[in-house]
Amino acid sequence: MSDHESTYVPRTGVEKWLDSRLPIVRFGADYMALPTPKNLNYWWTFGGILALCLVVQIATGVILAMHYVPNTEMAFASVERIMRDVNGGDIIRYTHANGASMFFIAVYLHMLRGLYYGSYKAPREMIWIIGCVIFFLMIATAFLGYVLPWGQMSFWGAEVITNLIGAIPVVGEPILIWLRGGPAIDNATLNRFFSLHYLLPFVIAGCVVLHLWALHHAGQNNPVGILIPKDRMAKDTVPFHPYFTVKDGFAIILFLILFATFVFYLPNALGHADNYIPANPLQTPAHIVPEWYMLPFYAILRAIPDKLGGVIAMFGSIGVLFVLPWLDTSKVRSMRYRPAMRTFFVIFVIVGMGLGWCGAQLPDAPVIPGMPSFTLFDGALNSYLWLTRLLTAYYFLFFLVLMPLVGLRETPRPIPATISEPVLPGGDVMTSAAPASPEKKG
Amino acid sequence: MTLKTNIQSMKKTLVLIALAAGLAAAAQPALAAGGAKHPRSGGFTFEGPFGTFDQGQLQRGYKVYREVCSSCHGMDLMYFRTLAEPGGPFYDAHQANPAENRFVKVLAAEVQVPDIDTETGEAVMRDAVPADRFPNPYPNATAAAAGNGGAAPPDLSVMAKARHDGANYIYSLLSGYRAAPAGLEIRAGQYYNPYMAGDLTPFWKGPEGSHAPKGGFIAMPPPLRDGQVTYDDGSAQTVDQYSKDVAAFIAWASDPKQVQRKQSGLGVMIFLILFAGVTYLSYRRIWKGVAH
Amino acid sequence: MAADQGDPNHQDPNRRDFIHIAAGAAAVGAGAMAAWPLVNSMNPAADTLALSTIEFDLTKVQEGQQVVIKWQGKPVFVRYRTPAEVQRARADDHARDLKDPEIDADRVKAGHQQFLVVIGSCTHLGCVPTFGAGDYGGWFCPCHGSHYDTSGRIRKGPAPKNLVVPTYDYVSDTRVKIG
Repeated sequence: MSDHESTYVPRTGVEKWLDSRLPIVRFGADYMALPTPKNLNYWWTFGGILALCLVVQIATGVILAMHYVPNTEMAFASVERIMRDVNGGDIIRYTHANGASMFFIAVYLHMLRGLYYGSYKAPREMIWIIGCVIFFLMIATAFLGYVLPWGQMSFWGAEVITNLIGAIPVVGEPILIWLRGGPAIDNATLNRFFSLHYLLPFVIAGCVVLHLWALHHAGQNNPVGILIPKDRMAKDTVPFHPYFTVKDGFAIILFLILFATFVFYLPNALGHADNYIPANPLQTPAHIVPEWYMLPFYAILRAIPDKLGGVIAMFGSIGVLFVLPWLDTSKVRSMRYRPAMRTFFVIFVIVGMGLGWCGAQLPDAPVIPGMPSFTLFDGALNSYLWLTRLLTAYYFLFFLVLMPLVGLRETPRPIPATISEPVLPGGDVMTSAAPASPEKKG
Repeated sequence: MTLKTNIQSMKKTLVLIALAAGLAAAAQPALAAGGAKHPRSGGFTFEGPFGTFDQGQLQRGYKVYREVCSSCHGMDLMYFRTLAEPGGPFYDAHQANPAENRFVKVLAAEVQVPDIDTETGEAVMRDAVPADRFPNPYPNATAAAAGNGGAAPPDLSVMAKARHDGANYIYSLLSGYRAAPAGLEIRAGQYYNPYMAGDLTPFWKGPEGSHAPKGGFIAMPPPLRDGQVTYDDGSAQTVDQYSKDVAAFIAWASDPKQVQRKQSGLGVMIFLILFAGVTYLSYRRIWKGVAH
Repeated sequence: MAADQGDPNHQDPNRRDFIHIAAGAAAVGAGAMAAWPLVNSMNPAADTLALSTIEFDLTKVQEGQQVVIKWQGKPVFVRYRTPAEVQRARADDHARDLKDPEIDADRVKAGHQQFLVVIGSCTHLGCVPTFGAGDYGGWFCPCHGSHYDTSGRIRKGPAPKNLVVPTYDYVSDTRVKIG
């Protein structure tokens, strides 16, 4: 499915002139004609949704940057000025703030799709790895952006997370001072965070171009998980436009309905009230929490009693994603045909949501109120501390133990020969067409 | 794919998006209220997707703020002209330009703001104009804390957004001062309020096995009493009514465009639903007859 | 590729059915609805518009002097002209060398002809003219040598138009509202 031939024929004189100098129309036309597997389901629409989210965030962000002032004396007031005095400023600001949450909802579902259908497996490892880079950049961008309104959570979240750098032995402290521009988080920090927050989305956009290039080279995955051979292209694929442009468009509209519900009716539901208190370096809020999309990583950070250990575990939880293509030993891509792994996957999703929930709780709080328990090392067993540790253990177990072992031990269900026919009559794994073999370029 | 599996997978996707969003919304910290009593409802007209502000209530609320609260609490992000915006307490449909609004001009002129004499350069006080901010009762943050026993009275500009369930919280706090239960050790300069966040366990000297009462200590003495502010429209001049009115005013001041936003939202949602319908039909037409 | 699906129900998906045109039109509408607030946010904000009118107390100006105030980011000259200056201005009402012919009475308010309110920005390239200098007793712009008379009209030099009289009104005998 890769490097298919271009079907574009320039018609007008202008088109021919342009085509021989900068074949940009050809590029667009080929994109629209790209043979796409017929059986893609709605999980495949999140790519388009994410592209929309990136465009929305950049567009609203550039406008906000025309009014925002990155100075500790004026930042909070400048954001409120946007809310009150700038034409449409309240909608633009809420779109940007809730847009970040929507971006993460979409990216988590997009990544779960990749996990479930084996989209990270050969020959698509680079798509997955670049995707992990994008995810990491998104977290960095979101963290930087949250500091800008200079509320209590902005300041103290920055304080806590930058202090993690100080946990690195030897070089940690000097790097921390270099990062902050001073002994504490102050104007120097805010100004450079603003600059970096403006920069990173364009780095993300560049990575998205690479991500799509790798995708077009390797070809789209599909729910069945088999590569589509050349002789099946006519029967099993349809051109991207209009079949999937319109389907993606429809999914985007549904997504926008959810987005609009937050922006217009529940604009502060996903945020934290404390961030409407101007930052006070002399008073810590009762309960420092990051935004919801960072809660699972925050939970993992707090689960490890050692400061450096927590930092390593937190970055490790993202780092383990990068090496996933080499951890999974299964020859079958799609978990549709891997019932054992599928069960572990469902537990993984629940564990992920559980980690998010734990990240918002106080570690000492009891999980089941009123139930007595004994103390194990540094905390009661009936506490969020130990629940978080249990969930963190499963998280790492899933990638480091289950992915390698289950692939070797499981009995997958029979895989269809083609995506058009559900199952080849009398077929089994061995006779099925082109499972995950890296050599076949299909 | 058949229509059935199509809709099923769409539904699954939607359910999962909604679940993720629901989890996101529910992931509020467990002890956000900090042991405080859950706020009472003030029965506000602006709650819900179709809520609007009662202009009379906003006017009364402004009066309470100006006559009672503004002696200690600033609203640094509020301008007099904001009062004249659509949806605000003194909006006049015949005089759309907020800076020209005749009510706001008079209300502003009743307040003195600091300025610099244009000829001598020395600091003077002059009548405010609509373009001015609400003046802060203190020249700086240190003076605010020093004048209030070390605790500066917080700015009220966005107070309804800065507290969970802001309007109801403000209403409950102002009208909820109670005599402290016997056994609660109160320090000088602190007052007991069951709606204030805090943990009273260290201060509870009650009988064995009893729990500390809900609530916390607040440095502000009960600011309202019956009959304190004269209402010209005949509304009850009670602490309960003052609390509701000033809570509504602060809720409006925290986000003056919220009602217009909800109204635009209705238009956007209707458009999106129709757009979704049309696009879905287009999608079905394109895919008609294609087995997938 | 789309045509050979082999299914009698299948149509060419690129046919211009009404429903596709409707969906496309809705998409264009959505794009415009999304773009408009972004564009409109760059229009003057409420605080800028609030400063679009200012009031000024005329008792601050001495006879024969001018006061410069800032309005909408630009300088405004409020000049209290002496009777001699008013007369000189009126005498030249129909002078043949007026590049931008205008009579003095049209540039002031009836009953208040001693006060001249003009934007202090040279109509050539925007420099601020100096008071009282130049050959006509009005203003002189040092940048490229434009001379204005006591009514603020261009008399000599490269400026094409007279000094602009902004919209203003007397709210009382001693107070003007500019803008």
